[in-house]
Amino acid sequence: MKVRLDILRCESIGSKPFWQSIDYETEDENSTVAAALTDINNSGSYIDTEERAVSHISWECSCLQKKCGACAMLINSYPRLACDSKLKEVRRNGVIRIEPLKKFPVVRDLVVDRSIMMENLKTMKLWFQEYARADETVGDIAYEGSRCLQCGCCLEVCPNFYSGGQFFGTATIVPASRLISAVPESQRKEVFREYRKHGYEGCGKSLACRSVCPAGIDIEDLLVNSNAAAVWKRRKRKLKNGKKD
Amino acid sequence: MSRINIIGAGLAGLSAAIELAENGIASRLVSLQPSERAQSVLAEGGINGAINTMGENDEAENHFNDTLKGGVFMADPNAVENLTYGAPEIIRWLEGIGVPFNMENGDIILRNFGGQKKKRTAYARSSTGKIIMSAVIDEARKYEASGLIYRMPHHEFLRLITENGECKGVRIHDCYSNDKNSVIDLYGPVILCSGGLNGLFPGMTTGTTQNSGDVTAAVFSQGVLLGNPEMVQYHPTTIGITGKRCLVTEAARGEGGRLYIMRNGEKWYFMEEKYPELKNLMPRDVVAREMYFVRRREDCEDKVYLDMTGLDGKVWSRKLSDLREELIKYLGEDPKTTPINVKEGIHYFMGGIDTDEDHRTNLPGLFAAGECTCQYHGANRLGGNSMLGAIFGGKKAARTIISSGIYTGEDTAEPDEKITAEPFSEPASPILIERISEILLAGLGIVRNEEGLRKSLSELETLESEREYCQREKSRFRLAEAMLRGALERRESRGAHYREDYPDKNEEYRKATVAELKGGRVNISFRTLPERRKK
Ligand SMILES: Cc1cc2nc3c(=O)[nH]c(=O)nc-3n(C[C@H](O)[C@H](O)[C@H](O)COP(=O)(O)OP(=O)(O)OC[C@H]3O[C@@H](n4cnc5c(N)ncnc54)[C@H](O)[C@@H]3O)c2cc1C
Ligand code: SF4
Ligand code: SF4
Ligand code: FES
Repeated sequence: MKVRLDILRCESIGSKPFWQSIDYETEDENSTVAAALTDINNSGSYIDTEERAVSHISWECSCLQKKCGACAMLINSYPRLACDSKLKEVRRNGVIRIEPLKKFPVVRDLVVDRSIMMENLKTMKLWFQEYARADETVGDIAYEGSRCLQCGCCLEVCPNFYSGGQFFGTATIVPASRLISAVPESQRKEVFREYRKHGYEGCGKSLACRSVCPAGIDIEDLLVNSNAAAVWKRRKRKLKNGKKD
Repeated sequence: MSRINIIGAGLAGLSAAIELAENGIASRLVSLQPSERAQSVLAEGGINGAINTMGENDEAENHFNDTLKGGVFMADPNAVENLTYGAPEIIRWLEGIGVPFNMENGDIILRNFGGQKKKRTAYARSSTGKIIMSAVIDEARKYEASGLIYRMPHHEFLRLITENGECKGVRIHDCYSNDKNSVIDLYGPVILCSGGLNGLFPGMTTGTTQNSGDVTAAVFSQGVLLGNPEMVQYHPTTIGITGKRCLVTEAARGEGGRLYIMRNGEKWYFMEEKYPELKNLMPRDVVAREMYFVRRREDCEDKVYLDMTGLDGKVWSRKLSDLREELIKYLGEDPKTTPINVKEGIHYFMGGIDTDEDHRTNLPGLFAAGECTCQYHGANRLGGNSMLGAIFGGKKAARTIISSGIYTGEDTAEPDEKITAEPFSEPASPILIERISEILLAGLGIVRNEEGLRKSLSELETLESEREYCQREKSRFRLAEAMLRGALERRESRGAHYREDYPDKNEEYRKATVAELKGGRVNISFRTLPERRKK
C-alpha cells in the first residue's frame, strides 16, 4: 500500500512550521499512522517529495493500542489517535494530512503541550478529600468516568473550550463524574460548585465531543448523571425552601 | 529543602509519592510522559490480595505460598511475606480512594488467576490498571495541589549523580525544552520506578514503548547491581497487532477460557489433560512452555487456540466486555463465538535492579520499586501480583526512607536544582536497538541452551567491536550482556528460565542471580536467599 503523508513540521518552539510530503509504502495492510511514523524515524533515510532529507519526526506514543492517549493528533483534520488510525481507512485520495492538535501549544512537530488539561483537573480539585467508596450502585458511572485517556481529542472539537478559559470541557467533565458519583458529604458542596462553574455552565451540549472520543466514552450519559446530582439537586433544595424552580 | 526524587510515574512511582506526601515529605515525580500514559494503565486482569470475600477461607499465608511456589522458590521469602500479608490493606486502600472494583452484595468480588487455587484477584472488568490508575492519579493530585508532589511529566532520566559510592541525586532532561542539551540536576535521595525493559525488544512485547530499558542500563553502568536479569516472562496468550504484541488477559482463562490445539484433526485440551488440578490456569511459565512444545509436535497443527465460546453472556457483559471489544476490533472475530489463535509473547521482566526487602539498592541513597526491580516474583510472576508489587513496593520504599532518617528535611549543601547546558548522550540508534534485540531473542527464548547463549554473547561482542558507540548504547550492551550471562550461568531450569541442556531444577541454583559491572565486564554470582523469619 502506498500513501502520501503530508506532515506539518515544526522544529522547535517558536520556529516557523512547514509542510513536508513523504511517500510511504508498506506491505502491512493494517498499518497505522503510528507504524508509519515509527518506520520513517527508524529508517532515518527517508527523503521527502522535494528530495530533502526527513529529520526525526517528533511525536508521542506509549501503548500503541489506544489505551494511553499519547498519540492524539489531527489526521485529515480530524482529532484521532495515530495508533488507532489505519492508513487504508484514513487516507483520502491517497493522501493523509498529519498535524499537531491545534488547541495546545506546539513543542516540536506533532508534540503538543497538554499540561493545561492536568492544570484544569487540579483547579477543579478533582480528588477525594476523605474515604470514598464507589460501590455497585455507582460502579458503572465511576468505571466510565475512570476511562478518560486525557488525550484531548474532545477539546479539539469543542466550540467552547480554549486553553486558559473557565470552561474545562469533556476531558474534565468525564473524570469529574467519577468524583461526583461517590463524593462524600463533606465535599459535596464544593465539588458540585466547581463542576457547575467549569463544566455545566460552559457546555452547549451539542455533543460534538462525543463522536471523536477514541475511548468511546458515553459522554451524554455521564453529563446527565452529573447534572442530575450537581445541578438539579440544588434546584430541588431550592424548591424545598419554597423558592420557585 | 531536599526532596525525594522519584523516577517514573506509574503505579510504583505514584504510590511512593503518595506515601511520602501522607507523611509530609515532598517529592518530585519525574517521568517521560504523564501518569495517564504509563504502562500501568494497560494492566487488565486484576490485582491480588487475600481479602477472602468469596467464602473460600483464603488467607495471606495461601497467597504467600502460591507466590513463592509460582516463582519456583527463588524470591526472598521475607519480602514475599511483606507483600502478601500487606496485600489486603492495599486492596482496601484502593477501594477507599474510590476504585470501582467489580462488586456484589456490597463487597469486592474476586476472580481466579493463574497459579492460585483460590479466587484472590480483585478487578474492574478487564481494564483494572486504567481504573486503578485514575483513582491513584487523583489521589496524587490532592498532594500536588498542596505542594507535596511536584510533577515533572516530560522529563527524561539521564544518569545518577554519585559521590564516593553514594547516590546524591539525578540528572534529567526536559524533553519539552528547546535546548536539546539542557540538563537539570536534582539533589536528594532517588527512588527508581521506571518500569520493565520493553525497549530491549521493540515491537515484541505487550507493554509500552516508553519503558526503553535505558534507566536500568544507565544505573547498571554506574555500579548498581541487577538481580535475576535472565528471568523474562512470556505470556501464553498474546496476539500480533501492528507494532506490538497485544495481551489477551489471563482473566479470559480465569473466567473459563480453554486452550486447545488440533491433534490428528481433533481438539486437544492439552493443559487440562496434563494438569488436572489447575488446568489452563497453571503459572504462565508452564503454560507458555507447554504451548511451545505442543506447537512443535508432529501430530499437531502449529496453532494454539483460546476457546472462550463457553463463557456465559453475563461474563462477557460484566467482566470481559473490554476484552471482547478489543478482540473484535483487532481480529475481526468475536471471541464469544469463535476460538482465537494465540501465541506466547514477552510480557514482564521479573529481573531488574537488585534491592533488599526494604527496597534499598546497593548504593546508599538509591531505592527502587515496581517492575524495574527484581523484587517479589522470583523465576516467574503470577498474574495480578505485579500491580500489587508496584503499589506495595512504592509504598515500602517510601517508608524505608521515612524511617531511616536519610531524609532530614534540611537544606542540602549543594544547590537543590542546578541547570547546566552540556551535551548529553544521543538516543541509541534504532538500527542498533533492533540488532541487539535480535541477538537477545535468539538467546533468551522460551527454551534456551548453552550453545545458543554463547552464540548470542559472541554476536553481541562482534557487534560491539564494529564501531564506537555513545554512552547510552554502551550501557545497553552491558545490560544485554548481563541478561545473557545470567542465563548462561544458571545451569538449571527454573520458572521462566528453561534450559533444554539442564531440564531439571537444581537446588544449588535456588539463589538470586546477581549481575555486577566490574572493570567494564559483567560479573555473575549467585547469592543465597535469606531464610523466612520466624513470626
Ligand atoms: C498489557 C498488560 C497487562 C497487564 N495486566 C496486569 C494485570 O492484570 N495485573 C497485574 O498485576 N499486572 C499486570 N501487568 C503488569 C503491570 O501493568 C506492570 O508491571 C506495572 O504496572 C508496572 O508498574 P510500574 O510503576 O513499575 O511501571 P510503569 O507503569 O511501567 O511506569 C514506568 C514509569 O517510568 C517512566 N520512565 C521510563 N523510562 C523513563 C526515563 N528514561 N526517564 C523518565 N521516566 C521514565 C515512565 O514514563 C513511567 O511513568 C500488565 C502489563 C501489561 C503490559
Ligand atoms: S457538548 Fe459541546 S460544548 Fe459541551 S463539551 Fe462537548 S463539544 Fe464542548
Ligand atoms: S473524554 Fe475522550 S476524547 Fe476527551 S480526553 Fe477523555 S478520552 Fe480523550
Ligand atoms: S500510543 Fe497509546 S493511545 Fe496511541
